[in-house]
Amino acid sequence: MKRLNFDLVVGIFILAGLFSLAYLSIQLGEHTLFSARQQYTIKAEFASISGLRRGAVVEIAGVGVGRVARIELSDRQQALVTMNIDYGVELSEDSIASISTQGIIGEKFIMISLGGSDVILADGDWLMETQSALNLEELISRFVFGKIR
Amino acid sequence: MLAHIERLGERSIYLIQDLGRMGIFLSLAVRAIFNRPFRFGELVRQIGLVGASSLILIFFTASFTGMVLGLQGYYALRQFSAEGAIGPMVALTLLRELGPVLTALMIIGRVGSAICAEIGIMRNSEQIDALECMAVDPFRYLIAPKFLALIISVPLLTLIFNVVGILGGYVAVVLLLGLNPGSYFSAIEMSVVNQDINMGIIKSLVFALLIVWICAGRGYFVHQIRSAGFGAEGVSRATTQAVVISSISVLAANYLLTAILI
Amino acid sequence: MSSPIIQFDQVCKSFDSQKVLDGIDFSLISGQTTVIAGASGQGKSVTLKLVLGLIKPDSGRVLVMGRDVSQMRSRELNNLRTNFGVLFQGSALLDSLSVFANVALPLKERTRLSEAQTKNKVLSILEQLGLAGHEAKYPAQLSGGMKKRVGLARALMLHPKIMLFDEPTTGLDPEQAMEIYRLLLKTQQKFGYTSIIVSHDVPKIFNLADQVVIMAQGKARSFARPEDIQHSHDPEIRKFVRITMGEIYLSKNLENNYEEIKF
Repeated sequence: MKRLNFDLVVGIFILAGLFSLAYLSIQLGEHTLFSARQQYTIKAEFASISGLRRGAVVEIAGVGVGRVARIELSDRQQALVTMNIDYGVELSEDSIASISTQGIIGEKFIMISLGGSDVILADGDWLMETQSALNLEELISRFVFGKIR
Repeated sequence: MLAHIERLGERSIYLIQDLGRMGIFLSLAVRAIFNRPFRFGELVRQIGLVGASSLILIFFTASFTGMVLGLQGYYALRQFSAEGAIGPMVALTLLRELGPVLTALMIIGRVGSAICAEIGIMRNSEQIDALECMAVDPFRYLIAPKFLALIISVPLLTLIFNVVGILGGYVAVVLLLGLNPGSYFSAIEMSVVNQDINMGIIKSLVFALLIVWICAGRGYFVHQIRSAGFGAEGVSRATTQAVVISSISVLAANYLLTAILI
Repeated sequence: MSSPIIQFDQVCKSFDSQKVLDGIDFSLISGQTTVIAGASGQGKSVTLKLVLGLIKPDSGRVLVMGRDVSQMRSRELNNLRTNFGVLFQGSALLDSLSVFANVALPLKERTRLSEAQTKNKVLSILEQLGLAGHEAKYPAQLSGGMKKRVGLARALMLHPKIMLFDEPTTGLDPEQAMEIYRLLLKTQQKFGYTSIIVSHDVPKIFNLADQVVIMAQGKARSFARPEDIQHSHDPEIRKFVRITMGEIYLSKNLENNYEEIKF
């Protein structure tokens, strides 16, 4: 009986640990362990992504539809961002991907504004229209030195 | 003057010797984990002693840590009207730094010292010699289950620490200070990436190995500690050394790992 | 006379520049009982550890059954050690195991006996040593004499050819000590092992000995018969013998200490 109780406590401990792992990685992470939703990838090139991190959220009209899977330098020396987008979310080929900030000093994320074209992007396609990150310092310096057009 | 230099040299030789002994100890212990027959029952017993009975300690440490992080974050971030960033601040601090480090320090105090004293007393009362005389490898019989138990338990405890800490932050920020409940968790989900979670797990694995290596090793070599002699004083000195050295190693390793993994 | 089962050949050993053994030479005959006596710190326990290969000599050879212990690899050493049974000074029972589990440990680790066979063997030896009914207790709950008996039971489990007793009666009252010696004789008759007894308990134990080795100042002197010791001319040995034989004892008058009373 005593042995049973002891094993039970150890079992509870291990379950609690595994539950924590599951909670952290499914709820907070990027669903890689138990992929709950199927996703496809879309690529886009930005002139600058200053501050965007792997795992950042991709939103359409404020609704999260995916995450940034990879960030690398493209052949044209620009920032190549690979995004995982949930299945069922249809992006037209003339959609615009822009990098935005939540508040002034918040997290960077990618906002997609849908276009009007009938052609829908498939897995591995490229988004041509992109807008780089709004760089606060650059903006201020342009304003100060009167280069704003 | 000459005597001082001589003492310095003697001390350095002793330290290098000690490091060598500990290195050999680690390699024998790791090898013993794969030696048959494996003592599964003993592993379960040790996980119970190391992990399960530390749950309450970890629970309280984590909840108060999370609460105080939330409180501090609230008053610091309110000045910028950035209360929305409290959740990510609490979660990232816990996942990347405080979760693994505080769990490791708690385990050193609660389990590491006990492991060191237990093995030290077994050494002093000739129990380790007795095992060897019965042709039972003390590394397989005694040390390997403790190594595995810590390597399994510490990451699990760290994960529990993280979850409880995040909930503690929720209690402080949302229930006590009245922040919007939805924004706390959604902001965390938005900003935490797998890399943060992995970093915490890798750290806690390394810490577990460091703790059990240093604490078990100090106990195992209790008879070789200079100027302490056999008996109770030897064990007490070995335990103090084990706690101090493993705490410092954990903090140093934390810096190195952060630098590598970030 | 049969060949020696254990042989010390010019063995030297120092710890931290302190020479404990300085060329030890003696041998043990199979089936006999050797008593190693001597004052504290004269290397009696070191001698036992050398036989077991727990420490290595600085120079010289320790031959057990014709083979040099210090040259053996750990696997050979383990095989060799299954021939040994050791009763440690503090019994060295594993604190975390019950009496039963302690005694069963050598069988579990070194043989492939079934649970039932193990249980039978353990219970029968516990019974022979007067420990029936105590198998569920833990070492911390036992008296010193009982711990020694459990240690003896554990040492006998694999039917050793050689038994080593490290101060088997230290810390016991005279009655318990006599009981241990009685069990020692009884088990030796039953199992026929060669035994080495390290002891301070000199006059009592001389009657058990086929050979007495007295260690003093890094040297070992062996005597075939206990009577020979009393006629030794070595002053160190004479002093040791006279103290332990009760020829010199304490008196209230400090002047008289170390004075010869008898003879």
